[in-house]
Amino acid sequence: MLTPLHKRLLNDYQRDFPLSPTPYRDIALELGVTEEDVIDAFVELDEQDVITRIGPVIPPNRIGVSTLAAIAVPEAELESVAQVISAYPEVNHNYEREHRFNLWFVVIAADAQHLAQVLADIEQQTGYPVMSLPLMEDYFIDLSFKLDLHDD
Amino acid sequence: MIDDLDQRLLSAIQQGLPMSPRPYAELGAQIGLSESEVLARLTALKQAGLIKRLGVIVKHRQLGYRANAMVVWDIPDEQVQHIGQLISRLEFVNLCYRRPRHGATWPYNLFCMIHGKSKETVLQQLALLEQACHTQAFPKQVLFSRRCFKQRGAIYTKSEPATAHG
Repeated sequence: MLTPLHKRLLNDYQRDFPLSPTPYRDIALELGVTEEDVIDAFVELDEQDVITRIGPVIPPNRIGVSTLAAIAVPEAELESVAQVISAYPEVNHNYEREHRFNLWFVVIAADAQHLAQVLADIEQQTGYPVMSLPLMEDYFIDLSFKLDLHDD
Repeated sequence: MIDDLDQRLLSAIQQGLPMSPRPYAELGAQIGLSESEVLARLTALKQAGLIKRLGVIVKHRQLGYRANAMVVWDIPDEQVQHIGQLISRLEFVNLCYRRPRHGATWPYNLFCMIHGKSKETVLQQLALLEQACHTQAFPKQVLFSRRCFKQRGAIYTKSEPATAHG
């Protein structure tokens, strides 16, 4: 269950997490609770698997290179192919989608050469061609997500 | 430009900021930086745009946002930037990217992501988007997500620097 404190933490601290020696105490002061309350609530959100972590979001292709890749796999093989792909440390998102291209994943690497190697390796391991669609232009600035956390 | 210590710092913080009273001091201790150096470097990285945002990274699915559609269009090259900018202003759109076409099998060059609590909401939002951004005439596909096989913060190491969304 999400408490009102959980909801505030989820909604209000996606973007400008305090960069001060005691960020949790700063948040506590803003919200009128104790530092311990804030830390406990974050630990609970983490334990409930509602958050991935508290950390940075790094824009694509500013450090290293990345691409969105897709592969068309027969339904019966989807799960095993997905597992092969997820096992690469260079892969950070891997989703099934409703389309002939039914597996979509993001590959990240230090440089273009390493990225190409990983894609070639995935093709060889799975036996299916990989369609690579690297970012050309990012029209979006804000990556935080406005949550509607009313109970419904 | 970022140096070796920035890389190590990013690598450490990508594992998650410790949930303890002096988290930046703890991070620094892992890589041999003082708390004030950690704070100064993170502030600089943020100002330089190398950190797009710093904060809580939520799992949409666990919060009831179970429907997620990647919508793609085939937009003439000379219009794609204008339409991409229009789409990115809509509140319910999370990401909006231009990507290369891939021959006849994949003629789509504009991608956006819509998260919603149900497929119906996402489709309603898409209808609003199409009206607001005048994309009805262009070929499109809507790819709803099914299973998530992996969702993880980019692992950031010296040999494999990482970004967020491809």
